[in-house]
Amino acid sequence: MDQLIQQLINGLSVGATYALIALGYTMVYGILRLINFAHGEVYMVGAVSSYYLAEWSMGWTHSLWVSLPIVVVGSMVTCAILGFLIEFLAYRPLRDRPRLVVLISAIGVSLLLQNLAQFQAIFGPTPKRFPELIQSTPVLYNAAHTIVLTNLDILSLGLSLGLMVIMTWVVLGTKTGLALRAVSFRFDISMLMGINTGKIISFTFMFGSALAAVAGTIDAIRYDVRPLMGLMPGLKAFVAAVLGGIGSIPGAVVGGLLMGLSETLVKGYLPSAYTGYADAVAFVVLIVILLVRPTGLFGRVAPEKV
Amino acid sequence: MNVNMTPFRRLPTLPVWVINSALTAILVGLWPLGRALEQNLNPYYLQILILVGINIMLAVSLNLVNGITGQFSLGHAGFMAVGAYTAGVLLRHYQPEGGAIVPAMLGVLILGGLLAAAAGLIVGIPTLRLQGDYLAIATLGFGEIINVVIINTESVGPFYVGGSAGLHGIPIYANFFWTFGAALFCVVCVWRLAYSNKGKAFAAIREDEIAAGAMGVNTTYYKVAAFVIGAFFAGVAGGVSATWFGNLDPESFRFMRSIEIVAMVVLGGSGSITGAIVAAILLTWLPEQLRAVQEWRLVIYALVLILMMIFRPAGLLGNRELWPVPGRRKPAPPATSDPDSRQRMMAEG
Amino acid sequence: MALLEISNLSVVFGGLKALCDFDLSLEQGELVGLIGPNGAGKTTTFNIVTGVYRPAAGGVRLGGRSIAGLNPYQINHRGIARTFQNIRLFAGMSVLDNVLVGFNQSLRHGFVGTVLRTPRHQREDKRNQDRAMELLAKLGLDDRAMETAHNLPYGDQRRLEIARALATNPKILLLDEPAAGMNPQEKIELAAMIEMIRTQFRVGIWLIEHDMKLVMSICQRITVLDHGQTIAVGTPDQVRADPRVCEAYLGEPT
Repeated sequence: MDQLIQQLINGLSVGATYALIALGYTMVYGILRLINFAHGEVYMVGAVSSYYLAEWSMGWTHSLWVSLPIVVVGSMVTCAILGFLIEFLAYRPLRDRPRLVVLISAIGVSLLLQNLAQFQAIFGPTPKRFPELIQSTPVLYNAAHTIVLTNLDILSLGLSLGLMVIMTWVVLGTKTGLALRAVSFRFDISMLMGINTGKIISFTFMFGSALAAVAGTIDAIRYDVRPLMGLMPGLKAFVAAVLGGIGSIPGAVVGGLLMGLSETLVKGYLPSAYTGYADAVAFVVLIVILLVRPTGLFGRVAPEKV
Repeated sequence: MNVNMTPFRRLPTLPVWVINSALTAILVGLWPLGRALEQNLNPYYLQILILVGINIMLAVSLNLVNGITGQFSLGHAGFMAVGAYTAGVLLRHYQPEGGAIVPAMLGVLILGGLLAAAAGLIVGIPTLRLQGDYLAIATLGFGEIINVVIINTESVGPFYVGGSAGLHGIPIYANFFWTFGAALFCVVCVWRLAYSNKGKAFAAIREDEIAAGAMGVNTTYYKVAAFVIGAFFAGVAGGVSATWFGNLDPESFRFMRSIEIVAMVVLGGSGSITGAIVAAILLTWLPEQLRAVQEWRLVIYALVLILMMIFRPAGLLGNRELWPVPGRRKPAPPATSDPDSRQRMMAEG
Repeated sequence: MALLEISNLSVVFGGLKALCDFDLSLEQGELVGLIGPNGAGKTTTFNIVTGVYRPAAGGVRLGGRSIAGLNPYQINHRGIARTFQNIRLFAGMSVLDNVLVGFNQSLRHGFVGTVLRTPRHQREDKRNQDRAMELLAKLGLDDRAMETAHNLPYGDQRRLEIARALATNPKILLLDEPAAGMNPQEKIELAAMIEMIRTQFRVGIWLIEHDMKLVMSICQRITVLDHGQTIAVGTPDQVRADPRVCEAYLGEPT
């Protein structure tokens, strides 16, 4: 029982970062019907930039309460700018082209970022440990230490939850959010209604990228920083978005949490000889959903008109 | 109406038996040519040449799926891995020698291709119901699953597979002849499939799947067929590379390798077989020129993809070939706006 | 028993009855019209008969055998071919290739024969090319055989769609608004061409069309649909005189 609760905590903690990345996928897909393949790399850049920001800020301050906000906000800003640039340079010129053309361009951006990060002058190919900003320490635990909630779990869950609340407010409660929903409902009509779609698209990319940056920061602190770290979480978060119903914001959150839970449960309960297959779980889930219920849990159906 | 126009004229083609004998002659000629090259060519250039041959096979076979049939697959490296491991594991286990080498090579290459084709069938039947970007992600997922399975397999029965450490000590039997013999076979097969009445169904699915179905084309069958044939040649290419390099690293068959092959198809022009060949040569040779700065190789692939999509999404050749093919012409400007265009096109034809 | 028998056909889209208890019979050599205001369910009817959508209820029989629920390609093999309201040519392929796709199903050789270029493959390839050119000549498109389909003028694209459908050797031909976007002269030519197809290819033709003059002049019988309901069936004269038809098109008399 204790083990199960612990697995659930770990699962939610991992799932929260998937949910943050999945939100970016789902928002962009909702508006442009584009799988932003480079989104996993934005997450990686979030991790890399928080690595450098932590190194820099710890050079002149020892206070966690000074450096942590610098790291988190700084990497969010970096990634928001990156998200804007990716959209502006690689996707905007392709606005009226077939979707596959844009997808290939997105794959190109992803490959480009991965390999630029591998340059020694930028980051280098080898994994690096995050500067000792926060040590993983148990905060809440039961007497036998069989159930432990660490400060990192709290940071992960707290940041994700807070950002999701902010995001819900932005989407449902602001004028920009209204425009965003209109654009995702009918792109061409909203343009006629006087919405500056270019601006909304840029905003979506910046917002989604900032969320991915937070996920990158959390995972950088939790694990380490690698130029190729974006690939798997990126793909898993994409699966999460599809699971929830791509284009649906609550779907991305639920999908992300489910992905995190299923992954930790598979790792925790499968015989050790099979844990190597845990990475395949995401893809099996993806293929099953696509075949059984391609619209996901919360998605809408859009049949092709003949 | 201009009575002098020649609306349809069969391009002069040689009788089939002449072409088939010529192809056989070229295949036989590859043997002495290969021997001569292996003795006189700098091993470094020979290595590039072999890589070119392997990449031609991969690019042309993926072109059948992505370019000609229009089903965007991102899992080609997974099928290559199946063929590579089949050939590698069997050759390492049995270590054929002397006169047994040639039949053994032929056997493992074909078996590798067939197992890859079987994997293609298993992957293709469920995923090809999906379209566009969903298909891309699903095939990527399957490619990664194949990889995960290999990494977690130490051995199958008496055969040592190597797991995450990779497979080493495969006897090196591949040479110029095997590589380019297989590449020639692959190119001829795909070419003849694409440019025949039967093969028009592949392109029809790319152009409009619903219309193709309404015209009696069993779209599922043709899509799966393209996928299986593509996987077969990817498997053969994998087999050749296994016994050229002598060792296999499971990491080298991941999604990045698939993207490299996609880059070749896109650069050459989706649907163009000669385009895929030209692109395979360029994208193998060009990065080798930059070997001093090896890490630029993938940066170049990335820039090729992005810049091609922005400035020339049709690729170098579009869906044309280097020379005219029956039933295909350069797209002309709309005839309505320019009454002379047809005559001009005929004159150029 | 007629060649094509449709009985009690219904389809529902998300609670909306797009088509309700539709009946029709069509014989070889007949020309039957299907008319109705926009959104009446005409194209939906075609889509069900050709297998694009599945019917909620009712039967479709061709030559006495049920074809409801089959895949589009199977229905085509049984002998129903169609054109599309929004032209769906293989736009990037040549005019000749478009027609050759229609012959694809008649090929008797497999992939191996194609790769080996066996004598049978060569015979079939050559014969189909000749047949395709013959077909294009009958529809007046032979001088455009080598052009890319999307470069054709609109009227020629519609004709090419018909040629492509005829290449599949159908018993029944479904034409979805073949005159849309044509000028009066082209419409006159189209009427003559439809008549030629009906007699020379010995097919039954089922036609959706908005141009009343065309429909009334060439169809033997007409069905009128409105909001998925069949509101009139009969000869052109009977339909023209039916008050419910006027109402559907012009609104209730006040």
